[in-house]
Amino acid sequence: MEFKSFVFYLFSLLAVFGALRVVTARNPVHAVLFLVLAFVSAAGIWMLLEAEFLAITLVLVYVGAVMVLFLFVVMMLDINIDRLREGFWSYLPLGATVGALMVLEMGVILAGSYLGLFEHAIGAGSGESNVKAVGRLIYTDYVYPFELASIILLVGIIAAIALTGRKPKAGNKAIDPAQQVRVKASDRLRIVSMPIEKQE
Amino acid sequence: MMEAFQQFLGEFLGESGALAVWTLLKIVAVVLPLLGAVAYLTYAERKIIGFMQVRVGPQRVGFKGLLQPIADALKLMFKEIIIPTGADKTLFLLAPVLSMIPALAAWAVVPFNDTLVIADVDASLLFVLALSSFGVYGIILAGWASNSKYALLGAMRSAAQLISYEIAMGMALITVLMVSNSLNLGAIVGAQGQGMFVDLGAGFLSWNWLPLLPMFVVYVVSGVAETNRAPFDMAEGEAEIVAGFHVEYSGMAFAIFFLAEYANMILVSALTALLFLGGWLSPVGFLPDSIFWLFAKIAALLFFFLWIRATFPRYRYDQVMRLGWKVFIPLCFVWIVVVGCWMMSPLNIWK
Repeated sequence: MEFKSFVFYLFSLLAVFGALRVVTARNPVHAVLFLVLAFVSAAGIWMLLEAEFLAITLVLVYVGAVMVLFLFVVMMLDINIDRLREGFWSYLPLGATVGALMVLEMGVILAGSYLGLFEHAIGAGSGESNVKAVGRLIYTDYVYPFELASIILLVGIIAAIALTGRKPKAGNKAIDPAQQVRVKASDRLRIVSMPIEKQE
Repeated sequence: MMEAFQQFLGEFLGESGALAVWTLLKIVAVVLPLLGAVAYLTYAERKIIGFMQVRVGPQRVGFKGLLQPIADALKLMFKEIIIPTGADKTLFLLAPVLSMIPALAAWAVVPFNDTLVIADVDASLLFVLALSSFGVYGIILAGWASNSKYALLGAMRSAAQLISYEIAMGMALITVLMVSNSLNLGAIVGAQGQGMFVDLGAGFLSWNWLPLLPMFVVYVVSGVAETNRAPFDMAEGEAEIVAGFHVEYSGMAFAIFFLAEYANMILVSALTALLFLGGWLSPVGFLPDSIFWLFAKIAALLFFFLWIRATFPRYRYDQVMRLGWKVFIPLCFVWIVVVGCWMMSPLNIWK
């Protein structure tokens, strides 16, 4: 077996194992960590496909930021596993339908590229740096969809701030830090001259 | 000589075997001196802070205390690793490893001069960023797996701090990418070696720190915050949360957290030297470029790290967050636009 295919099977096995354990792990924190494992394995497979920019971005964004926030939330929650498992059989048909749909969608994409039905924007092994190729396509051919995506993200950010941002309550004693930094000793401290007491 | 050695390996092990052995040797040649530097950085810290506080620092073990780091390592190795009741044993032991690995793995793409680099990849700066974002897992898992309130609080604090300053750090790097037109660390250093001042023989004025001065400041301060060093050592906060996320760790498990912190310091210093201070380039025209310049710059930055630890009191937690989110990130946004306009204007100095 070629070394490249060995690496591919190793990463694929790890990714599948990680993904399965995400669903089966009893401890939610462990489940999140297995999801991280699945992401890192997927990044490894992308790296093998010479899509190093996507691979590193996957690690940077999902492993470095999104999963950390997930971990945060999961660690803070007091999750009762048995109560979560109660409705398993009633939710199964819905979940299975969604899962089957996703498999179908992925099948369409994979079969399409396997049969050569799509045109490839970036040819493999064109010699150009991956980052450069992605950047060029994003900012020339696909500039409008890309800007549209950025506007959607911006709306998301503003919505999140509008939902969670609150004015301080009436009785709040918080002081503006800029004001705190500007404080001088003479504002807080008064030196009083005292007459010397009489010595006995 | 190196080629002869490679050929010699090739005769014995075949082509792929020789490549594997050669790469392993390169990794060892980077990691071993690095670990030595980490050990003696702790010694340097104690000596320098001692000097600043008019003490002598370690002086008993070996000549002028030079064997102190080795004595410390031996002591920690022979201590028992206590695992608290109710702790998640696997994660408890995995956490120090997870905090150490990124600090070492990032060196795979750090260049030491034009040719001396383990893996010269195109997106090396992104690789370093991705790996350094990994470091937060060690801290969070240590805090959670310890099954202790103080450890969890410390982990929460420092994870929030790491995430906030990572954004400021990445933003500061965007301007560096803009002016050097590359994500490759070697190419970024190369871009700093051209310009008007280089021709005049004052190369240090053409390095990125001068035209990108605000970003340099943001990057260095964020670097201090990223490594959880004083005055941003929220994770420790002895007076508030005992020692933060590693309060339950003892022996070698604790030592690895300690080593990871120092390895991260060296990594951040090396990156600052490469990105803003011209890496291995010589500051003046009449001296040749050399790897020693890089080491000298890293050493100077490390001294800066120790110096501010001895000088500044610890930040208050809400002020740390304010500095990151309300000062640095908006400043970065503005400066990205400023540099963009500058590059489009006739005054562009990066042609």
